[in-house]
Amino acid sequence: MKTAYLLAAFAPLVGAIVAGLFGRQVGRAGAHWVTIIGVAISFAASLWTLFDVLTGNTFDGPLYTWAAFDNLSIQVGFLIDPLTATMMCVVTSVSLMVHIYTIGYMADDPGYQRFFSYISLFTFSMMMLVMANNFMQLFFGWEAVGLVSYLLIGFWYTRESAIYANLKAFLVNRVGDFGFVLGIGLVLAYFGSLDYAQVFAEAPKLADRQVNLWGMTQWSLMTVTCICLFIGAMGKSAQFPLHVWLPDSMEGPTPISALIHAATMVTAGIFMVSRMSPLFELSDTALSFVMVIGAITALFMGFLGIVQNDIKRVVAYSTLSQLGYMTVALAASAYSVAIFHLMTHAFFKALLFLGAGSVIIGMHHDQDMRNMGGLRKYMPVTWITFLVGSLALIGTPFFSGFYSKDMIIEAVRYSDIPGARFGYFAVLAGVFVTALYTFRMYFLVFHGQPRWGRVHGHGHDAAGHDDHHHGLGPGDTPHESPRVVTVPLVLLAIASVVSGALWIEPMLFGDFFADSIHVDGRHGAMATLAEHWHGWVALGTHALQTWPFWLALAGVVTAWFLYMVKPGVLAAIASAFGPIYRLLDNKYYLDRINEIVFAGGARLIGRGLWRGGDQTFIDGLIVNGSARLTAWFSGVLRLAQTGHLNTYAITMIIGVALLMLFVILPLL
Amino acid sequence: MTLSLAHFLALAAILFALSVVGIFLNRRNVIVMLMSIELMLLAVNINFIAFSHFLGDAAGQVFVFFIMTVAAAESAIGLAILVVLFRMLDTVDAQELDSLKG
Repeated sequence: MKTAYLLAAFAPLVGAIVAGLFGRQVGRAGAHWVTIIGVAISFAASLWTLFDVLTGNTFDGPLYTWAAFDNLSIQVGFLIDPLTATMMCVVTSVSLMVHIYTIGYMADDPGYQRFFSYISLFTFSMMMLVMANNFMQLFFGWEAVGLVSYLLIGFWYTRESAIYANLKAFLVNRVGDFGFVLGIGLVLAYFGSLDYAQVFAEAPKLADRQVNLWGMTQWSLMTVTCICLFIGAMGKSAQFPLHVWLPDSMEGPTPISALIHAATMVTAGIFMVSRMSPLFELSDTALSFVMVIGAITALFMGFLGIVQNDIKRVVAYSTLSQLGYMTVALAASAYSVAIFHLMTHAFFKALLFLGAGSVIIGMHHDQDMRNMGGLRKYMPVTWITFLVGSLALIGTPFFSGFYSKDMIIEAVRYSDIPGARFGYFAVLAGVFVTALYTFRMYFLVFHGQPRWGRVHGHGHDAAGHDDHHHGLGPGDTPHESPRVVTVPLVLLAIASVVSGALWIEPMLFGDFFADSIHVDGRHGAMATLAEHWHGWVALGTHALQTWPFWLALAGVVTAWFLYMVKPGVLAAIASAFGPIYRLLDNKYYLDRINEIVFAGGARLIGRGLWRGGDQTFIDGLIVNGSARLTAWFSGVLRLAQTGHLNTYAITMIIGVALLMLFVILPLL
Repeated sequence: MTLSLAHFLALAAILFALSVVGIFLNRRNVIVMLMSIELMLLAVNINFIAFSHFLGDAAGQVFVFFIMTVAAAESAIGLAILVVLFRMLDTVDAQELDSLKG
């Protein structure tokens, strides 16, 4: 056990406790200092761990026995290997940037200490998740990040929409967690252990095991377990159809959108599947399922990004689409590529979100892109860094996103599991869509005529002050954000440019992940990729001859033409494809369907149970029924109680006569 | 004709039946009701004495003394209750005494 591991996990917890419980005593500056120092220590410890792991020092051991039953002991323990170390560095570095950025973004917010406490708590939970060496601790981290996410989406708890959004996120995640718990239960039932090492070692022995579902059908144990676990990942990583919570989670403050709903928490599902690679590799059926879900998410969520007007929602749908890419990579057995994309995506998506946040600060908390335009002159740093993020996102050669995304597309191309053709088509088409929505957003925000400063609904009146939709009044101009905002942007921009070229070779084609990720011999996508590998420069220059590059370029040109050159064409397109536009504008009616089928169905069942079960049966029949029966019976008895002496006397005589009858009759 | 046991028993039965009919027919007067009850006891006493005489066992007559004593006490108490009742309610009409009606 190394001190660094403990520091990496628990330093943010200490920060969270101090800022959260003693926020009043330490004050605003105290709260941000204590949490930033905590996360900085954690980041330093993570870096140290990464270098330590690179020299070959891995660790797998318990820290503390949490509970022990007769033959099962549940432990808190750490598994430190290259996969964990990479995730630790990604989580803590993005978290550190977001902590610093928050000083600027939340400067005027009354919940300053609370906010810092939450994000540090999130960092702690995420570290527990990635460092876990058993399913129970994984589940603890899984639920803890979900809780913090819930708290932060509803951070501005006086806004009704925020409360609805966090409730929605919580409920949708419950659906996913249900599958996840079932998966963990299956693991415990068939492996008799929750420890990763033990489960993975025994997995091949149970590869052909069949289980009985619903009494009649035989299923492969591995398929059922993996699909259950993946349903958990679908909830947390917002895969179709459990993605509906992520766009709404943009109700939370922007730093949170960057940290939790783009860079780290939503990638927990990707990380989990990579960690479970020894299980997933045993079931082609489960991988096909993963492939189809990922492909649908990658392509169709991208379409939705095209019609959104809220800057954060565009980035949110982009996140969904990119998570779909990672999922597709998982299905192609290219786990290391998925983790690689996870890392580059964490940097450039955090950058885009923080950039969007910087724009929102400049626009005085107006998020509607229709009110922006021409901001590049007023916010130069934000403009340049946002452009860098956008270029990385669409996969411009030599940017980080290019390497990871191109590798995903290639890996899917070489994959031969059922559904891989569809996956390949989806990720290829997704490249065009990504470029289109990204540069639509970029052009709308930073180029063209300024559209701000017009008077609209929420002005600078005192009444609307705690409502966070403000906007610029007439005569105001946007301004560049303070240093605490721009410095993280610049640092993340640097990471977004270099992280791809720098780490593609060791992460994908070295034996960096050899200990953590298991790829079965039948799935040869990564092996084929390695054969075609000629270094990062060659890959970048080769891009000019490949489809993704030209598709991305076509997307950018389309966006430029539609939003800069001929904005009038847009309305014509929108009316020509009216039904499709309405379908996209309503997000495929998924919210409506959920509303009607699931919420409506639940309400129907609830009403049925309330009316039929509670009011009629329990209240009516059992509670009031027994009272009524008693009342009726006593009513009958009352008739005998006339109060007249002779009635009683006569009754007594008749009684005596009857008694005598009983005594005498047998004697006769 | 000599008096046999059956004659006495028949007399007692007639007396008992009379008192039962008294209770059945009389719906109003509490004093008549008490008198009927006394009559019942007397009928029972005749039975006792008759059996005592014909079986040659004095124990039955001893019982009759006890029963008469108890009956006297009971009548005294019953009448006393009636007096108090009349003072309270100004009536001894059994039809009107229905405070115990459920």
